[in-house]
Amino acid sequence: MHGSHATGSPYTPHTETDRTAMLEAVGADTVEDLFDIPADVRFDGRFDIDARSERETRRLVRSILDRNDDFTELLGRGHYGYYVPSLVDHLADRSEFLTSYTQYQPEISQGFLQALFEYQSLLVELTGLEIANCSVYDAATALGEAATLSDRVRETTGHRVLVPEFVRDERRSTLENYVAGTDLSVEAYPADDGTVDLAGLEATVDESVVMIYAENPTVRGTIEENLAAIGDLADTIDALFTLGSDPIALSLLQRPADVGADVVVGDASVLGLPTSYGMGLGLFATRDDFLRQVPGRLVGVSEDATGRRAYTLTLQTREQHIRRERATSNICTNQAWVALRTAMHAAVLGPSGLVDLATRGVERAEDLAARLDDLVGVKAPVNDRRHIREFVAHVDQPARAVADELERRGFAVHVVGDHEIQVCVAGVTDEQLDRFVAVFEEVVR
Amino acid sequence: MTADRTDGSESGRSRYDQARYLENGEYEPLLSEKNLTRVEIGADTDDGDGSDEGSGDGGGPLPDDLTRDSLEFPELSEPELARHYTRLSQMIYGIDSGPYPLGSCTMKYNPKFTEDVAALPAAAVHPDRSEESIQGTLEVLARLQDYLARIGGMDAVTLQPPAGAAGEFVGIRVATAYHEHSGEGHRNEVIIPESAHGTNFASAALGGYDVVSLPSDDEGRVDLEALEAALSENTAALMLTNPNTLGLFERDIDAIADMVHDAGGLLYYDGANLNALLGRARPGDMGFDVMHYNVHKTFATPHGGGGPGAGPVGVVEELAPFLPAPRVRIRDDGSKSGEPIYERFEPEHTIGKVHGFDGNWLVLLKTFAYIARLGDEGLADASASAVLNANYLAERIEYDIPYSPFHHEFVASAGDQDAADVAKRMLDYGVHPPTTKWPEIVPEALMTEPTEVESKATLDRLAAAFNAVYEETDETLEDAPERTTARRIDQTSAARTPRLSWQALSDES
Repeated sequence: MHGSHATGSPYTPHTETDRTAMLEAVGADTVEDLFDIPADVRFDGRFDIDARSERETRRLVRSILDRNDDFTELLGRGHYGYYVPSLVDHLADRSEFLTSYTQYQPEISQGFLQALFEYQSLLVELTGLEIANCSVYDAATALGEAATLSDRVRETTGHRVLVPEFVRDERRSTLENYVAGTDLSVEAYPADDGTVDLAGLEATVDESVVMIYAENPTVRGTIEENLAAIGDLADTIDALFTLGSDPIALSLLQRPADVGADVVVGDASVLGLPTSYGMGLGLFATRDDFLRQVPGRLVGVSEDATGRRAYTLTLQTREQHIRRERATSNICTNQAWVALRTAMHAAVLGPSGLVDLATRGVERAEDLAARLDDLVGVKAPVNDRRHIREFVAHVDQPARAVADELERRGFAVHVVGDHEIQVCVAGVTDEQLDRFVAVFEEVVR
Repeated sequence: MTADRTDGSESGRSRYDQARYLENGEYEPLLSEKNLTRVEIGADTDDGDGSDEGSGDGGGPLPDDLTRDSLEFPELSEPELARHYTRLSQMIYGIDSGPYPLGSCTMKYNPKFTEDVAALPAAAVHPDRSEESIQGTLEVLARLQDYLARIGGMDAVTLQPPAGAAGEFVGIRVATAYHEHSGEGHRNEVIIPESAHGTNFASAALGGYDVVSLPSDDEGRVDLEALEAALSENTAALMLTNPNTLGLFERDIDAIADMVHDAGGLLYYDGANLNALLGRARPGDMGFDVMHYNVHKTFATPHGGGGPGAGPVGVVEELAPFLPAPRVRIRDDGSKSGEPIYERFEPEHTIGKVHGFDGNWLVLLKTFAYIARLGDEGLADASASAVLNANYLAERIEYDIPYSPFHHEFVASAGDQDAADVAKRMLDYGVHPPTTKWPEIVPEALMTEPTEVESKATLDRLAAAFNAVYEETDETLEDAPERTTARRIDQTSAARTPRLSWQALSDES
C-alpha cells in the first residue's frame, strides 16, 4: 500500500502486489531492467530536489509568492486586470475542460469543440472578418503569424513589414524572430501625437511593402482616427493591413472589416484571465480568401452518421502534424483553455455588458485625465486625442521619481518618457482611483 | 464470436459506464445563431457629452465615426450559462474521465492542488511590474530554471517559450545565432528523422532551414550510415527525440552526438518523451546541446483541451549567451534581509523575444509546484511506473508490436484493420484510443502511452478494449462509435464546406 508517499510519486497507483504481478507478466526482475539505456549515459537519479507533502508544497509556493507586493496596478499597455466573473473560474475549472487534450476524437469532444466554435464566432462578430482560429499564444506571436501569412499570400516579391514606431518592444522583437527565416524585414513608420502619422507612413510605403501593422487603440490608449486611410493605402500597394486590438476595444471601436483590415491580431485574454504575468491568448482573425493559409486550429460544423449537427477540427491539412515543413505554422499546443475562459467571460457580459465595459473604459479614462489635469504640474492627457482605458500624462517633475514615489505608496504606473507617465483605469475600482488621485496630488506637489 | 472473451474479462462488466456518461440525446445549444441579441452603438443623441455614467445602450462618449454600429451575440442569464457550460463539459472526455493513452501526448493525471496554487491572488501580477515589486514571481521563475537545468543536465534555461513547438523554434533560432556568431552562417540544413513530431519540421522551416529527412534503420532507430550521408558542412543541427516516437532508446546516442559535433552541427533534444527518462538519463549527459521541455506533459499541468502549455528551453554553456531575453538570476549584491534578490538580465548575444512576456506563467507556476511536490524519488518513480505500464499493457494486447524494447510508449499495428476505425470503436468501450496512423513507419499505427498514473486494473480494462476491437469485423468498426455523444462525424464534408462560425451557418439559411 501507499502509506505517506515518503518515496515515489503520490500519483502512481501501484501496490507492491500489483508491481510484482506486472513485472512477472512482462518477464522482468526489476523495473530498471526495462530501461534500455547504455551504461555510459545512465544517470544516478539525484537532482537534489526534496519531496514535500502537498500541504508543505502549497506553503512553499505561498511563502515565495508572498514576496510580491500587493499593489494597485494602473498598468495597461495590452494587459488589463478586469474583474473575471466567478462563473468563469468555476466552470472552466471543471475537470473535463481542464484535463482533455486536443479534440482529435470529435465524437467524445463535442463540448469543447462547441465552446471553441462559439469563441471563433465571437471573434468573427467583433472583427467583421469571416474567419477566426481558436488561438495562437499571445498578441506578439499573433503578429508574427500575420507577417508570415502576408509573406505566403502576397504575390509580388516584396519584403518589408511596417510597424508603428511606438509598438511594444516585445511585439517587435517577437515579430523579428518570426520573420528571421524569411526574406522579410521589419521597419518602423512614424507616429504623431501617439497615433499613426499618415503622411509619414505614405512617404515610406511602396510596392516592396507586404504588410502594414497598426493598433487601435495604440499602446498609449489612443484611439486611431485614420484607420480607413491606412486600409486604403495598403490596398493601393496590395499589402495586407493587419490591425492589433482586443475584444473589449473591438466591442466599441470601428469594426476592422469596415476599415479594410485583412488580419486582426491581439490579446484576447483581456477577457477571462487576470493579469497573469503576461500569459495571453493570441487572437487571430482574417478574411475568407486566406482560409487555407491560416495558422492554427479551426473548428467547423459537420454532421454525424445520424445527420445531427456535430463539430470537428477541420482543414488539418494546413497543420504541422500533417503538412510538416510545408505547414502554415508550427503551432500545436495552443491556448484553448484560455479561449474557453474568454468565451465564457464574453457570454456572461453579453453584448450590452461588453459594450458597456468598453464605454466605461473611455469615460473613466477621460474622467481620470481631467482630474489629473487639474493638478498643478500635470497635463493629462498629453495630446487632445480620444482615449480608451489609458493615457499618457505629462508631469513637470522627473517621471521616474514620480513613479517610484507612487510605488512606495502602493501604486504601479508606467514611465514612458523623462516627464511622461502612463496610467490605466481598467480593473481599478472607483475607490482605488480616488485614493490614487489623492496620493498623486501629494507626490507631484 | 467475441462477446465471451470481452465480457468474460473482469473489466467487461463496466465497459459501457463511461460511454453512458458521455451519451445523450440532441443538445440544443443555448448559445447559438438562433439566440442573438443586437445592441446598437452610438446611434442616437448625447454624443460627446461624456459626463454621465454611460450605459452603452446607444449614445456614448465617442463620435459615431470612431465606433462600430452594433454588436450582436447571445445575451443570456448566468444560470442559463452555468447549465450551458456544465452541459458542454459533460460532452467531453478528459483524463479525469478515464484512461487516455494518446501516444506522445503524455496524458497523465494532474494534481488538483496546483490549480489552487495558480489561483493565489499573489500570482496575478501585471507583466510590466518593477522587479523589486515581484520578487516572488521572479523567485519561482529562477528556482524553476534551476530545477529544469538539473533534470535535463543543462547549464542554462529560458522559460519564455509558451509551448513545445515554440521551444523548438527557440532552439532553431539559438542554433542560427550561434552559427552566425561563429562565422558559420552558411549552415542551412536541419536533419530530422522521418518519425519525428511534425512540429520539428515546421519549426525548422519557420527558422528558414531546409529539412533533410532521415530514414530509420530496420530496428526503428537512427540509421548511422544515413546520418553520415546526411551530415555536411551545411548541417546546422540534428533534431532528435530520445526515446524516439516508437518508444525506442537511441542506444548509439554517443556516436550520433560525436558525428553531429564533428560535422560542426548542434544536437537538439525534443523533450516530448522526457517522461520516459526522469532520473535515468539526461539529455545533457547524452551530448545534446539544446533541448525543450514539454512541462505540460512531463510535469503534469492540464492540457486544457489543447493548451496552454509551456516549452522551456535548456542549453549548454556555449549557447547560453544566445537565449531569449530576459532571463532571471540572483542579484550579486544579495540583500539586507538575507533573502536573495532576483533580477532580470539580457544574455549577451540574445535572439530577443519569442513571446510578449515570460510565456505561460500559470503553467510554469504549476510546474514548479509539481516538481517541488515530487522531488527526486517522485520524478524517478513517475518514469519507472510509466515504463512498467507501457510494457505491461503491450504484453496484454493482441495487436502486433513490431519494435522493441520500448520505454513509456509503444506503437502497435492494427494490421488489416483501419487504425482510425479501431480508434472509433474503442470509444464505444468507454476509453480514449491511442494516437493513430503515426508514426508512418508502422502500418496502421496505434501509438500507445498509458503513462504512470493508470492502475493495473485500468490497464487490464484498456487491454480488454483493445482485444475486443481486435476481434471485431470491419463492418462493426465502420459503424463505430455508437455510444458516444455524437456518432461518427463526417470530417471530409467539414473540410469541403468550411463553416467556422455561427455567422457562416446563418448565411446558409
